[in-house]
Amino acid sequence: MARMEDLPAGERAMLENLDLPEYGETPFVSPKPLSERRIAILSTAALQRRSDKVFGQGEASYRVIPADTDPNDIIMSHASVNFDRSGFQQDLNVCFPLERLKELADDGVIGSVAQFHYTVSGAVDPRQNEDSAREIARMMLREGADTALLIPI
Amino acid sequence: MEEEGVATTQISLIRMHSEKIHPPRALWVPFELGRPLGQPNDALFQTRVLRACLGLLDADSGPVLQDYPEDVPAEARIEDMTGMVCPISLPPLPSDDSAATEALLAEIGRMQPWYEMAVEQRDRTTVGISELEMDEAARFLTAFVETGSATNPRPDLEIGPMLKYACEDLKAFYSEAMSAQPGMSTSLAVEHWMWNETVLGRTLWQLREANTDSADDYTRAFARRTLVPDRQVHYKGAPVFETGSSFVKA
Repeated sequence: MARMEDLPAGERAMLENLDLPEYGETPFVSPKPLSERRIAILSTAALQRRSDKVFGQGEASYRVIPADTDPNDIIMSHASVNFDRSGFQQDLNVCFPLERLKELADDGVIGSVAQFHYTVSGAVDPRQNEDSAREIARMMLREGADTALLIPI
Repeated sequence: MEEEGVATTQISLIRMHSEKIHPPRALWVPFELGRPLGQPNDALFQTRVLRACLGLLDADSGPVLQDYPEDVPAEARIEDMTGMVCPISLPPLPSDDSAATEALLAEIGRMQPWYEMAVEQRDRTTVGISELEMDEAARFLTAFVETGSATNPRPDLEIGPMLKYACEDLKAFYSEAMSAQPGMSTSLAVEHWMWNETVLGRTLWQLREANTDSADDYTRAFARRTLVPDRQVHYKGAPVFETGSSFVKA
């Protein structure tokens, strides 16, 4: 369904013409075995805990989801209505695959799952979220998490 | 993040965007927006996607943009939805606005058992961003539609965001209730029914029509762009308000 030809004309035009940032060379951290990696999720679905402040319009900031958060405590405050929410309503893992990641850690496929995971709002210009991204990266490194799994919505 | 020393791998939903941004490692998936792991309640499917995405971390250099080969079963298209009926016997749509609140409250009452079943099955709900009870959200919404203003039930919020959150919760309540019913598992079936067959849908369309030229910036943008999904706007032939090439502005 996320094929451009399947989207309504207005949505398709918006996505085709979106003013994306331009980057030069792609930075690239050297590989290491997957079984030694500690992984954190960074989602752009504007997920938050119920007690967190709702993502305001155009707000470039992030929320933290601890790994032991009850799925019932996670809600979504993304502004857009042009993506499906029914999948998220039925199963958090369809957009925030924390349980799947824990299973891969239990099976030894990955090293471990980070204690903290992160969300931003994808409705915001990514240029405005650079400070958040750098801060999240530094937070991750402080708990030994060397790998981020980036998941759009 | 890579500049800070964190390796990244990602799922890509819009391939064109990943081509332009060329992140270090991206797995393009053909799934519907909102479902980056593909299928809800299918752990094996999700794990296959996840392992493919994590597998990109083995690459020695980048950028890497790979296509995921597996798709979800084809869903119905919006053109196929005409005449689809919901098995719940909903009360008839009210003929005048004065009965709108009662009709919406009655409809919410008929949804309630299915909503409770959904919560029991999933052990969770995504309703709650407004912090209002559904009846309270419904009364606030219909009062605003009828008079163009309403007493804000949460003084800590501006009226525009309050409206948005109340609408999001009502939509989530209906969607969770309906998707617990047999035969209503696809995203489009639930969405199409809600926007075209319910009192709530009709009330939200009225909210849109009455506020696309609102003097309040938030409420105007909400009515134009972040209330009704684009595909429903096109299906109905309602006025389209483009955002151009911008992200949402603060």
